[in-house]
Amino acid sequence: MLSRQLQRNILKVAAAPSVRLSLAKQAPRVVLFSLRTFSNTAQKQNASTVETLTPNSDSLGFETTAIEKPGRPIYLDMQATSPMDPRVLDAMLPYLTDLYGNPHSRTHQYGWETERAVEEAREQVAKLIGADPKEIIFTSGATEANNLSLKGVAHFYKGKKKHIITTQIEHKCVLESCRVLQEEGFDVTYLPVQPNGLIDIKQFEEAIRPDTSIVSIMSVNNEIGVIQPIEEIGKICRKNKVFFHTDAAQAVGKIPMDVNAMNIDLMSISGHKLYGPKGIGAIYVRRRPRVRLEAVQSGGGQERGIRSGTVPTPLVVGLGAACKIATEEMEYDDQRISRLSKRLIDGIQSKVEQVVRNGDDVHTYPGCVNLSFSYVEGESLLMALKEIALSSGSACTSASLEPSYVLRALGADDEMAHSSIRFGIGRFTTEAEIDYVINHVVGHVNKLRDMSPLWEMVQEGIDLKSIQWSQH
Amino acid sequence: MANPATKTQVISLYRQFLRSGSKFGAYNFRDYAIRRARDGFRSHMNEADPEKISAFIKKAEQELKVVQRQSTISSMFNSGQRLIIEEQRIVRTAGDN
Ligand SMILES: Cc1ncc(COP(=O)(O)O)c(C=O)c1O
Repeated sequence: MLSRQLQRNILKVAAAPSVRLSLAKQAPRVVLFSLRTFSNTAQKQNASTVETLTPNSDSLGFETTAIEKPGRPIYLDMQATSPMDPRVLDAMLPYLTDLYGNPHSRTHQYGWETERAVEEAREQVAKLIGADPKEIIFTSGATEANNLSLKGVAHFYKGKKKHIITTQIEHKCVLESCRVLQEEGFDVTYLPVQPNGLIDIKQFEEAIRPDTSIVSIMSVNNEIGVIQPIEEIGKICRKNKVFFHTDAAQAVGKIPMDVNAMNIDLMSISGHKLYGPKGIGAIYVRRRPRVRLEAVQSGGGQERGIRSGTVPTPLVVGLGAACKIATEEMEYDDQRISRLSKRLIDGIQSKVEQVVRNGDDVHTYPGCVNLSFSYVEGESLLMALKEIALSSGSACTSASLEPSYVLRALGADDEMAHSSIRFGIGRFTTEAEIDYVINHVVGHVNKLRDMSPLWEMVQEGIDLKSIQWSQH
Repeated sequence: MANPATKTQVISLYRQFLRSGSKFGAYNFRDYAIRRARDGFRSHMNEADPEKISAFIKKAEQELKVVQRQSTISSMFNSGQRLIIEEQRIVRTAGDN
């Protein structure tokens, strides 16, 4: 078709002798341009097709196509884990090589060196969240920090207080810890969320009882990126003398967090969500007014007896470095991620209709974009988008066909929950990657919709809700 | 930046950042290293305070060492597979000629 149009253009040129000269000069450029566009589209369509092979004896006459590995997919699953910043690795390497002492060894230089490094890292973590270094306890990650906060506080105060408040959209490790506590006889209130993903403050305040010991509400949701009103929640908790824990695994290093301004008593941090190493995290435990925890693990009494076990110096140094970089780079990262996020959303929404972003319009972290594509099955779209590493939600739910409990808590119907995909943008994401993603998502959504009878009916103006589906 | 000697020093530092940054094996780190250096130097372009300039130079010198070390490591421990987007770029440049 392209070349026919071209021919027509050239014919036109020939038919109009007065402009022949000037256009003749342009014509080659037109030809080149058109050819290039054409070959580019062809290349894109057949990105993974390399050559057509002649059928061999066991192919039964079918033509086979050799598929060469087309290259590593683009990584857009930043909420599952982030790549480690090279500056973090640079800080860690000395402690993975020469400086291997046990930071708890008090009798020689090997121990002193690593102890100093651990304490410096503690300061770096504390600085990022406005805490005192003495209030930081290193753990293996946010899962352990969440377990310790909930079980530790609930157990310590169980004599007088038996009630816990959390939300329906928490990470599995918070929900499961609460379920275990329920089995032990604790009462748990799971607050619903509004369709925008935010809790209703009034409803929350009404849920507080005289025997409520701890409130656990996440700062940034890992599936939809919604940012809860942490400062308001903290104020209410302080007023009612209830401990406030927040799972800030997805928030720390990305949005400003201040434990004092927000009246946070306990906070969970994860290293591998903020460009640090995996297998390390921290818990902030307030000293004034003092929060007391019952340790889950028994041992040598490291980390003020709250978390026994040798502190892994290289990982701790990595977490510290990641926090230091985040303190310095938060503004730069935020500007950039916001710009890329807008580019992605606008790029997709301007080219395909009926795409909605899940979660609140304003109170959402820009690096987490959860989109629902009506009349497209999320799993099929994920399979089609194999050039992009994406997920339909949290890593734990993406393997099952169950729609996400987070999206269901927003009141999304099953179809919407099934048609959603999460795009995670981070410090190292590039404009070129976002543009590539837009093109591919748009192409595949259109293709899948073209194959969908439901979409066809919608295009014809049939209201699907009015159809009585009969079962034969 | 009135002092021509300082100016030469800063330009040389910037060039070294670009050269080392482009040695990262991983596409995303390479792109970031170059972009961050460019944005960092640009944002200090109109700095007049000599004290701030020398602090900036000192910090940049330390960070340059990190980039030099880490880009070397990145090039040594590469997965051996380029990102799909790099492959595309090669195709496009080839088509342009
Ligand atoms: C909100 C939230 N909490 C907790 C976790 C668990 O963190 P970690 O892997 O450090 O245990 C995650 C990540 O999976 C998360 O997104």
